[in-house]
Amino acid sequence: MVSPILELKDISKSFGHVQANKNINLSINKGTIHGIIGENGAGKSTLMSIVYGLYQADSGTISINGKKINLKSPKDSITNGIGMVHQHFMLVENFTVLENIILGFEDELVFGKNLEKAKKNLKDLCDTYKLNIDLNSTISDLSVGFRQRVEILKSLYRGAEILILDEPTGVLTPQEVDELFKILRSLKDEGKTIVLITHKLIEIMDLTSEVSVMRQGEMVGNTKTKETNKEQLAEMMVGRSVLLRLHKSDAKRGEEVFRVKNLTVKDDLDVTRVKNVNLEIHAGEILGLAGVTGNGQTELLEALSGIRKVESGEIYLNDSIISDSQNFLNPRELKEKGLAHVPEDRQRMGLVTDFKAYENLIFGYHDQKPFSKSSILNHTDILSHSKKIMKEYDVRPQSPNLITSNFSGGNQQKIILSRELNENPKVLLVGQPTRGVDIGAIEFIHQRLIDMRDKGVAILLVSVELDEVLSLSDRIVVMFDGNIVGKKENKNVTDRELGLLMAGVV
Amino acid sequence: MEFLSDIASLINSTLRISTPLVFAAMAGIFAERSGVIDFSLEGKMLMAAFVAAVGSYFLGNPWLGLFLAIVACVSLSMLHGFASVTHKGDQVVSCVAINILIIGLTTALAAAWFGQAGLTPTLNEDQRFLEITLPFADSLRDVAIIGTIYSDILSGHYIFVYLAYLSVPLVFWVVFKTSFGLRLRAVGENPSAVDTAGINVFAMRYKALAINGVLIAFAGAHLSTAVNANFFREMSAGRGYLALAAMIFGKWHPKTALIACLLFGFTDALQIRLQGVELPAIGTIPVQLIQAIPYVLTVVLLAGFVGKAIAPNAIGQPYIKER
Repeated sequence: MVSPILELKDISKSFGHVQANKNINLSINKGTIHGIIGENGAGKSTLMSIVYGLYQADSGTISINGKKINLKSPKDSITNGIGMVHQHFMLVENFTVLENIILGFEDELVFGKNLEKAKKNLKDLCDTYKLNIDLNSTISDLSVGFRQRVEILKSLYRGAEILILDEPTGVLTPQEVDELFKILRSLKDEGKTIVLITHKLIEIMDLTSEVSVMRQGEMVGNTKTKETNKEQLAEMMVGRSVLLRLHKSDAKRGEEVFRVKNLTVKDDLDVTRVKNVNLEIHAGEILGLAGVTGNGQTELLEALSGIRKVESGEIYLNDSIISDSQNFLNPRELKEKGLAHVPEDRQRMGLVTDFKAYENLIFGYHDQKPFSKSSILNHTDILSHSKKIMKEYDVRPQSPNLITSNFSGGNQQKIILSRELNENPKVLLVGQPTRGVDIGAIEFIHQRLIDMRDKGVAILLVSVELDEVLSLSDRIVVMFDGNIVGKKENKNVTDRELGLLMAGVV
Repeated sequence: MEFLSDIASLINSTLRISTPLVFAAMAGIFAERSGVIDFSLEGKMLMAAFVAAVGSYFLGNPWLGLFLAIVACVSLSMLHGFASVTHKGDQVVSCVAINILIIGLTTALAAAWFGQAGLTPTLNEDQRFLEITLPFADSLRDVAIIGTIYSDILSGHYIFVYLAYLSVPLVFWVVFKTSFGLRLRAVGENPSAVDTAGINVFAMRYKALAINGVLIAFAGAHLSTAVNANFFREMSAGRGYLALAAMIFGKWHPKTALIACLLFGFTDALQIRLQGVELPAIGTIPVQLIQAIPYVLTVVLLAGFVGKAIAPNAIGQPYIKER
């Protein structure tokens, strides 16, 4: 029996009334890759932040190599050999790689001699683990994949024996994920212990030797990875059985209803983000738009939904121009013509989170009958409509008077979706429909989108989740650096192929 | 020859007038680089002027007055930190509160202690800082060019003038060449990165505010115990705000902030010089119009003439560790 390097006993933590961790027990063996899986809000990140000393547990003990330790700040964890790569990187963007790594570990008042020593140590570490990082480059010039390597290197430089990674693959292309996994395996081979926090089942199956499952702040399972399977893990995560595969028939493709011709769009800083893009969507199909975040998808979606000005090119709905550089319809006019939009950033553009659910459920339609008569809101009708629609879309809790920010991400998304789909649009533009949404709600949202497609709606799905694009779309286009770099029927397309396109390699 | 001495005296007054601005801008750099907005430079400068004048009057030594001014300003900085760092209050509101408090407090205390609202007794020569004549200044005066530069421009200033310009390379060195400076800049850009590196974010911001308090005290003492021999009501006259503008114009960098301070100082020196002077073709320009020049310049420069000033990323945001 291998002795555990890290052991947690009865860890509990509350934030106000919310209990994020409830009597958690966990033991992690030295030299292994240990997965912790659970839905958003299951308490994984909180637990690991406690281990990293960022939060203090309300009760419970943490031991390393059998010795109880008291973690008051990240400094204590670092000296005990714990390193963490956070989901949002903890890097100062206008600093160099070297400055970021030595921050807090500068050794002397003025940097000079030690800097050379640090550089040499870092070069050795880079060579050992094939990290391949230029220490003098500025963080803001590095790609997300490289920034993550800087985080790993930072932890190693500070002497980490246990490396915790929080959702490390969320922002990476499949190729970058491969590279990361290679690095993690070589770290394991050198005797380091890796803790991988994720909500993606496939990563657990690929990489880990043991897996722990969390649900609603509790540890609900601990097992060797080879003794379990995806379905079983998913069931443990959600607490009921989940459909991992969508029921989807072939698309009955109708007439072309939406067309984008030679579209060019600039962002707020006057940088051209969408370059001469051509697209067309037919009734009854889902067109998936894949790409790494920041390659122009956001600006494209904003231009199509009437929020952002078109620089040049035209957008057609049913063969008539709805937007070009001279004239464009605003979102309200587009709605009236049958175009619905579920924005990428639901909290910034989709909802007023401080408002009550029923208010958000009618926004954009609030001045239409029956919600308002002569500019006065009709609360009885609004509430009965809200109750009906919340039930239909399984929004939980079903209380229209609750402030929207109190709903979970998945339920907030259902509020937007129900509002937009209720008007029976002809064209639906949807961005990141399941970002930050739990598995149960993902299943529901995906099924709704398929149902809309089968009713003959033309759907544009913009998502950085490649799995989502692959499982929902009938056709797929890939965007890289503002250009459409690939158009494919979704038959026998692999994530590898798309990954290469997304990275701009082919 | 008269033209040359005109220029020399203009530069001389530019250096003098810019002095409180330079101290205040350097003070601002420390606070704002750490992520804490400091609108209260104005109030602290006023407080320092008052405390330095009163302290020096009672204790008979300007250095003791300066020391008390430092204590007062550091205390005010800590108050700002207590409200906006520890208790995560709005930083601008905290600053405005300090500014208003000090205007009232100095006026009221002066009235209570000296019977005149907002005026302290005139300090004698022992109670204030005097102009320093550099060695050989008198004998070098007649040497062409060098004499003018050395004797008419560099010599004959109050000690604060020299300290202000020495503080600039010092601030640069601390901010960009030391471990403390690295942490300072990091805490203003991404406090989470500093926290996860095992450094206390709050302690860093308090340290930065303490240095801020020391530096701004020099600006106030310069006003009331050097260039003037007493404190009078609202004697800081917006210099704290002007310095803040200079710091932003200088993009939170000591060197460029210095240039901005000198520019503001120069326009002020110029307006004093231009008052009552008949310009060819235009005639005499109304004093009010000339006095407005530095402020108009501030607005013009900040309104985009200098391009987009990129502030420290986390400025104005209290650091909240737990959700």
